[in-house]
Amino acid sequence: MSIEIRNIKKEFGSFTALDNVGLDVPSGELVALLGPSGCGKTTLLRIIAGLESPDSGSIHFHGVEATNRDVREREVGFVFQHYALFRHMTVFENVAFGLRVRPKKLRPTEAEIHRRVHQLLELVQLDWLADRYPPQLSGGQRQRIALARALAVEPKVLLLDEPFGALDAKVRKDLRRWLRRLHDELHITSVFVTHDQEEALEVADRIVVMNQGHIEQIGSPQEVYDNPASPFVYKFLGNVNQFHSRVNAGQAHIGDIALNLNAHHTVQDSDALAYVRPHDIDVYTEKNGDQALQAVVSYIHAAGPLVRLELQPENNADIIEAEITRERFRELKLDQGSQVYLKPKSVQVFLQ
Amino acid sequence: MSAAISQLAKYNAKVARSRATSEPAWVRWGLITVALLFLTLFLFVPLAAVFTEALRKGFETYIAALIEPDALSAIKLTLIAAAISLPLNLVFGVAAAWAIAKFDFKGKSVLITLIDLPFAVSPVIAGLIYVLIFGLQGWFGEWLIDHDLKVIFAIPGIVLATIFVTFPFIARELIPLMQAQGKEEEEAGLVLGASGWQILWHITLPNIKWGLLYGVILTNARAMGEFGAVSVVSGHIRGLTNTMPLHVEILYNEYNYAAAFAVASLLAFLALITLALKSYIEWQSNRVAISSNTAE
Amino acid sequence: MAKKHKPHNVLPGFNLSLGYTLLYLSLIVLIPLSAAFLKTTELSFAEFWHTVTTPRVIASYKLTFGASLFAAIINAIFGLLTAWVLTRYTFPGKKLVDALVDLPFALPTAVAGIALTAVYSANGWIGSLLEPYGLKVAFTPLGVVVALTFIGLPFVVRTVQPVLEDLEAETEEAAASLGANRWQTFRRVILPALWPALLTGFALAFARAVGEYGSVIFIAGNMPMVSEITPLIIITKLEQYDYTGATAVAVVMLILSFLLLFAINGLQWWSSHRHSASR
Repeated sequence: MSIEIRNIKKEFGSFTALDNVGLDVPSGELVALLGPSGCGKTTLLRIIAGLESPDSGSIHFHGVEATNRDVREREVGFVFQHYALFRHMTVFENVAFGLRVRPKKLRPTEAEIHRRVHQLLELVQLDWLADRYPPQLSGGQRQRIALARALAVEPKVLLLDEPFGALDAKVRKDLRRWLRRLHDELHITSVFVTHDQEEALEVADRIVVMNQGHIEQIGSPQEVYDNPASPFVYKFLGNVNQFHSRVNAGQAHIGDIALNLNAHHTVQDSDALAYVRPHDIDVYTEKNGDQALQAVVSYIHAAGPLVRLELQPENNADIIEAEITRERFRELKLDQGSQVYLKPKSVQVFLQ
Repeated sequence: MSAAISQLAKYNAKVARSRATSEPAWVRWGLITVALLFLTLFLFVPLAAVFTEALRKGFETYIAALIEPDALSAIKLTLIAAAISLPLNLVFGVAAAWAIAKFDFKGKSVLITLIDLPFAVSPVIAGLIYVLIFGLQGWFGEWLIDHDLKVIFAIPGIVLATIFVTFPFIARELIPLMQAQGKEEEEAGLVLGASGWQILWHITLPNIKWGLLYGVILTNARAMGEFGAVSVVSGHIRGLTNTMPLHVEILYNEYNYAAAFAVASLLAFLALITLALKSYIEWQSNRVAISSNTAE
Repeated sequence: MAKKHKPHNVLPGFNLSLGYTLLYLSLIVLIPLSAAFLKTTELSFAEFWHTVTTPRVIASYKLTFGASLFAAIINAIFGLLTAWVLTRYTFPGKKLVDALVDLPFALPTAVAGIALTAVYSANGWIGSLLEPYGLKVAFTPLGVVVALTFIGLPFVVRTVQPVLEDLEAETEEAAASLGANRWQTFRRVILPALWPALLTGFALAFARAVGEYGSVIFIAGNMPMVSEITPLIIITKLEQYDYTGATAVAVVMLILSFLLLFAINGLQWWSSHRHSASR
């Protein structure tokens, strides 16, 4: 089922949580709402679920207006940030809850409930925990039970609030992949909220980057990463070096060096901010050609797949970060204090 | 397992209280002695005195004082008053806690203060206000006489006074508990399609059962033991409007000490059971808290 | 108004639960209490003032508030000590002692009254020990203090205890590592952290004592001008069918009690905010 969100506004007192937000979620997609805390992503998710009501705007499920539809009739599954498992019920009872509270006419038989619950517990690979209570489970197990419980009512839309937020790094990675596979299997329209860009990039079909109550960019992970629509998106999606530059006729000038851009061809001599990712900076020990920034290596982080260099440029005070392969690092024979020359491979500029 | 964990926690706490943060043995034992002496003078001796005085004239006198008709009717009235006021305050407590803990609205803190009011009112005044309304010269005095109804110097007055003095107990116990538990579980129930009553019955009440029970026990103890408020509205009619504490007073004023203490010992016994249940509930809810914390 | 402050909340039952709460609160507490204030309007202010300031009534205020204050101070000191001993030390029977601290909450006040009288009268267990020194407790103002100490005993212990349990050993270790001795650590590190709880417990014990009736009347002797508490004055006036007089004195007590309640709420607000600000 597709979701269409139109002009949603929501204020809490004087705080604007959502300012005129519009978004389409096509049927069967897995979409991430990504942004820093307080950007409105959880509020948007709760409005889709019907747990909050918007001040204005509308929500449509598969083209049908659902703005005032009661939560209970929205046919959504919601996985809460802290799972909200019922503490006093066993895992089985938790998953069965949504079926058992149905009105008598619509309620499946007890045997059918048993069958469905065990099927779901098998799906999340936790059938052996059916008789445990939530406090006896690990974080990752609770998370999967919460998912099974949400799926038990056969929702048309699955909504997840920071699904991996409360887990430690290792479990988090496993669960991410598992959720991706589960989605590929079930193809249920899903929206999840996260503040972790790595998580969004890895799991989602599409990413919605949010900031201060509005949407900054919507796109596939690659689109969003390669062509950020704003400085905010650029900074939020990973480490970045920021330079003050001047743009003139399709060229960006940072210090002495000029870089060709594939945009801004008609711009005449305008101030701009230029962004370069650390892995897009080439490092040389020799000056070849005259277009390079001169810098001194001030710190080397050599533990990890890539070597991270902190570089102090001659002309300005801001440290530049660069990432190079271990192989290249050995080639260059760098030490703290080495003189180096830098050349950005690709740059994104935003006119001021 | 949780017991082992709490043992471990205690052990750790003891280790953590290393030399730098504990007192020399003589200070420690000195403080313990002074504290116990204080508690002995004000708590233990009076408690022991109740039972000793009750049995002073022998076991037969003791039993006789308890099965005498006036005593029995006092016991009965006390049970009736508690049995009516308890469920009423229970429903109120749950409703108030639901509104206050799960919703935001203006004037919430004023409402909480108002619920606390009966704590601040002297029991004697609690009785007085009902006399002013339902008494002979009260607002409804004439109307009640015309309809041959009696509130003051009758059971309804005693029940009303009991409800007043036990009014805040359950609500006060539940509000912080339900506030701490948040509303995520209730929302989860809602998304899964449960109705309001299903949420209350299947999710909220099981989660607050220990706090609820705690409040019920405190309410019950106070309801059965209330003296000042009930004294004002009861009229002290033997065998009719005497509760157990009032019966104790009458016997005592008649210098029938053995009988007075016999009935008193029954109430004291009830108090001890209350304390035992209270400790049990505290232990239970602690255990639940520990087991859900350690599994994180 | 309901529309304007519509709670941003989808849980059901708000109107029902709040409505019932307000109805029940009004019927049981607010309307009856307002009856007391309305009743006093039958008196002119001069009459009212005269009723509540006769020497006998004044003497009862002095006794009630004086003895309550004295008892609350005793409870503050020994309650703090008891809470300390119960959280910091182990000794045989500690759990039992801990449970029994709540006895005054659970024991009917009339039972407490006759028990204390029996123990502290001239031929009682403790009274007979004090008698040779000319110290009379039962049937004197001192007896009132004893009864009020009993009923206020759990308040300080139970407000201080949780705070003491939550104090981190680290802060005390930090104080020790900075060269403070144990007494200095207590005075400068522990006690300041306990102040709000201690003050709250003190105020609660005081408030409870001011209104207390059942335990006091047995041990007080109830001599006018000497050992007669204000709640007893109200009862006496009621028994003489002087409803307006009883109500006038009650209103004075009510106003003082409400002021106390607001002070206590203010204290709790202050301590919780102090707490959250420091976190």
